[in-house]
Amino acid sequence: MAMNDNHIVASFDRDLESIQATMVKMGGLVEQALSDAALALRTRDVELAEKVRRGDKVVDELDLMLKSDAARLLALRSPTARDLRLVLAVMEISSHLERCGDYAKNIAKRTMAMSGAGAITGTLSDLARMAAFVETMVRDTLDAFIQRDPVKAAEIIERDAEADQIYNTLFRSFLTHMMEDHKNIAAGMHLHFIAKNIERVGDHATGIAEQTIYAVTGALPEDDRPKQDPITIGLQESDV
Amino acid sequence: MNDMTKIERDVRMTDTKITARDVNVFYGDTHAIKDVNVDIADKSVTAFIGPSGCGKSTFLRCLNRMNDTIDVCRVTGHIKMDDQDINDKSIDPVQLRAQVGMVFQKPNPFPKSIYDNVAYGPKIHGLARTKADMDNIVEASLRRAAIWNEVKDRLDAPGTGLSGGQQQRLCIARAVATAPEVLLMDEPCSALDPIATAQIEELIDELRQQFSVVIVTHSMQQAARVSQKTAFFHLGNLVEFNDTDQIFTNPQDPRTESYITGRIG
Repeated sequence: MAMNDNHIVASFDRDLESIQATMVKMGGLVEQALSDAALALRTRDVELAEKVRRGDKVVDELDLMLKSDAARLLALRSPTARDLRLVLAVMEISSHLERCGDYAKNIAKRTMAMSGAGAITGTLSDLARMAAFVETMVRDTLDAFIQRDPVKAAEIIERDAEADQIYNTLFRSFLTHMMEDHKNIAAGMHLHFIAKNIERVGDHATGIAEQTIYAVTGALPEDDRPKQDPITIGLQESDV
Repeated sequence: MNDMTKIERDVRMTDTKITARDVNVFYGDTHAIKDVNVDIADKSVTAFIGPSGCGKSTFLRCLNRMNDTIDVCRVTGHIKMDDQDINDKSIDPVQLRAQVGMVFQKPNPFPKSIYDNVAYGPKIHGLARTKADMDNIVEASLRRAAIWNEVKDRLDAPGTGLSGGQQQRLCIARAVATAPEVLLMDEPCSALDPIATAQIEELIDELRQQFSVVIVTHSMQQAARVSQKTAFFHLGNLVEFNDTDQIFTNPQDPRTESYITGRIG
């Protein structure tokens, strides 16, 4: 028997579509914020950074709106099975996106803080490349959700290892620059936090992919990704 | 989700009370139940859900041979309770129904006193030797059905004078008075208001400590709330039988999914 997609109660469908529409809207804003934050960082555009900083408020408001709509849907419709998983996943994804928005805002604030200082040569373009990489992860992971594609979602989870790898490389690079010249430390700290923020966005994209797999299959993927911890990498070098 | 409820629920679900194998039911030419196989656990609540006419009530009525009372009804296959075939010639259906109690959709107390409603079963089955014995059985049954405090001062009043929810709990007291092992409930709350429904649901949760409870319900939320196992029937087939939380969060059959999510299936 073919599975009919429409509920007998049509307004139930409208409610489910509504929270997903809010989520997709948040996704679009967050992608733009990440892209703008990366551009502002690379071109040292303080105005654009300020725009990103202000824009985060909208994402926060959409997150609250989505949560309140979802709470109403849960109370009034008592969704079950894939409807229930969909609502739970959308709520989780909304939180992930809200955090991504915060990271974009933080990158923008640090860009403004660094506006007067000299940046560490070469690292800005590396950061921009990393930002573009995780921004694509966010876009693809939302596509995977919209297409209800657990295979694509699993592929994005795999991709996060590469984001971690880029972060680890940047971590070493910042460390080296800061050890070479202590005047690099202020900028190096900011740049490191920016790199860490970008790396965290990759983690949230992974979280969204996991929710996609849950919504479609009913089971969360097992967490068996190999983790590379940069904390241990740096210590021996800085002990010298 | 290893919460307390889950742990508590899992503990007691080890023994099988009723085993049904290749059960078919025919009403004349109508094939109402098709090759149903199911194991009903002891000390737990099993819910039967499905659209009207799917066969869930028919199957429930097989479990205490209530279908025997319908002339055109024919039941084939094997239903065993504790390894005893309940359709065996040696089994007295009246005795069986004392072991497998039943509560119906509409509360149906006898037009007698509250006391006599409960005492009726134990009396015909000779479960009490003295008046004191009977008093004890009546009180224990009414307590078990969570209605003792409301009726203890008026046991001589007619059972039909109680409210709907109280009448249904009286019927449950009547059903448990014969010390059954299994309690069948055919939509026990559909004629009750939400408060009375909540009281019956709370009662079902307590009853499962002692009995194997099988409940037919049209309210999927109720099935989700009270049962540990859920069976979904559709067009006479047992489509899916699994842990209740599995059925309601991740059903395996698209027909189950369509039904419980309120889609046209």
